[in-house]
Amino acid sequence: MSALLEVRNVTKRFGGVVANSNISLRVEKGEIAGLIGPNGSGKSTLFGCIAGAHAVDEGEVFFEGAPIKHLRTAPIARLGLVRTYQQTRIYGAMSCMENMAISAREAQGGLLSLLRPVPPATSRRAEDLLAFVGLHEKREEKAARLSFGQQKLLEFAMALMNEPKLLLLDEPTAGINPTLINGLIDRLRRANSELGVTLLVIEHNMRVIMNLAQRITCLAHGQVLAEGTPDDVRDDARVLDAYLGVA
Amino acid sequence: MSRLSDWHIMGALALTGIAGPLLFPAFAAQFAFLWLMVTFALTWDILGGRMGYNSFGNIVFFGIGCYAAAVIQRDMGLPYFEGLALGLAAGVVLAVLAAVLLGSALLGIRGHYFAIATLGLAVASGEIAAGWRYVGAGSGMALPLYPGALGERELFFTWSLLAVAALCFLFCRFLYSTRFGLALNAIRDDHDKADAMGLRTTPIKIFAWCVSAFFLALSGGLAANMIGFIDPRDVAFAGATFGVWMVLMAILGGKGTLWGPVLGAIVFHITQEIFWTYLLGWQRVALGALIVVIVVFFPQGIMGWWAEWRARREAA
Repeated sequence: MSALLEVRNVTKRFGGVVANSNISLRVEKGEIAGLIGPNGSGKSTLFGCIAGAHAVDEGEVFFEGAPIKHLRTAPIARLGLVRTYQQTRIYGAMSCMENMAISAREAQGGLLSLLRPVPPATSRRAEDLLAFVGLHEKREEKAARLSFGQQKLLEFAMALMNEPKLLLLDEPTAGINPTLINGLIDRLRRANSELGVTLLVIEHNMRVIMNLAQRITCLAHGQVLAEGTPDDVRDDARVLDAYLGVA
Repeated sequence: MSRLSDWHIMGALALTGIAGPLLFPAFAAQFAFLWLMVTFALTWDILGGRMGYNSFGNIVFFGIGCYAAAVIQRDMGLPYFEGLALGLAAGVVLAVLAAVLLGSALLGIRGHYFAIATLGLAVASGEIAAGWRYVGAGSGMALPLYPGALGERELFFTWSLLAVAALCFLFCRFLYSTRFGLALNAIRDDHDKADAMGLRTTPIKIFAWCVSAFFLALSGGLAANMIGFIDPRDVAFAGATFGVWMVLMAILGGKGTLWGPVLGAIVFHITQEIFWTYLLGWQRVALGALIVVIVVFFPQGIMGWWAEWRARREAA
């Protein structure tokens, strides 16, 4: 296994607030990695730094061995590193199928390639992926009319439509009906094993992340607190401290 | 609307446009202005309706078209039609160039700020033209006389403006059927998401504005010749009239829909003519009242209102 993503000593400040301080992190090709930490510990900021939404103050980010710190969101996405948002972001006034069609990898091409209708193969793939997340019946609905949980599923399907090598998922199960969460875990695993997408997942639901991830990094106060297998992290006294306060 | 009825309506409109001025020669100029309004609304909707960028500066491209034609026709010493053709071509090239340059500078600004920036652009263009001796400054420019017979002149301009409107409609229709159309909608619905999904948003936005500029410059050159005289602030860069009407017509018909701008332009033009005829002296007041009514009662426009009505009927 080789590192698909390597975050090396990244620091990000917002004015006087140090949101990420000297963070290092590796995601190996093919794995499911987890990122946990209390609210405000810098998880989403780190996602922003990796995906090009924030300018990194210090340190470097490597994707497939190449530095990407200087790139912005869109070129990073075209390299195959795609993120989803904690506050779900979909194209509200467009139907689910349209959301999917414009998320396809081909849509990243130049102007000339855009001046063509959506190819039937793309539409078929869109339908398959919508069925994969259980939204096939809703495919002609406007995305804004879906429930929050359904929008999260749509956003996940859109990300898969983009055929990323690495997918950063920001709280994929937040707002999803507990009975559907098991189904979602299963889909995340299948995306990893069948579609070959490496995952880095932020998650607050401990049951989910302990089941899903092979390796977990825990942040607190913008720093890496602990990392290791789910069992290691669960038993780490500092992690318990960070979440529950000093016993 | 199904494919078939789409073509039916287009055919009916084309027939009206061709036969109308022949049957009612007194209304030829009215038809010409109607097609001009249709082009205005359609080109505004590319950014305003489809892409979510409300521009008050599209009139700049129309003005560039007016002036380019006038200058070429004045200075090149060509026969009328050759001069007109070259003038239109020059206008299109200059306007598209302006769209690329202005787009690179302004299309990074979002929301209200873009609207305000483009408003400033429109005002500034009028003032620049009004102060520039080479293009006649404040006294404007007169266009050469059309060489043909009197009745023929009207027909030539209404038909050529009809052709521009029809081309513009067909091109928009094609554009919205492609992935490019979806990309415009994606930028409108969530620009950051579109970036995060790897869309090349900057060239997409600039190209969209170039399409607007292309058709506006064509119609500008023709309209200037039809009117026979261009005033910098009242004809070429008429931000307070043409520039605002573009927005209103698209909203009235239903922005972001294919037929909305066409319908809006037709309803608006007819209403406006009725005001001029029956409410002379109060026509501006009536127009202002109409604008308020449109924005308050039809924020979704006629097409949006119709779609909602149909959805309600289906649900019932």
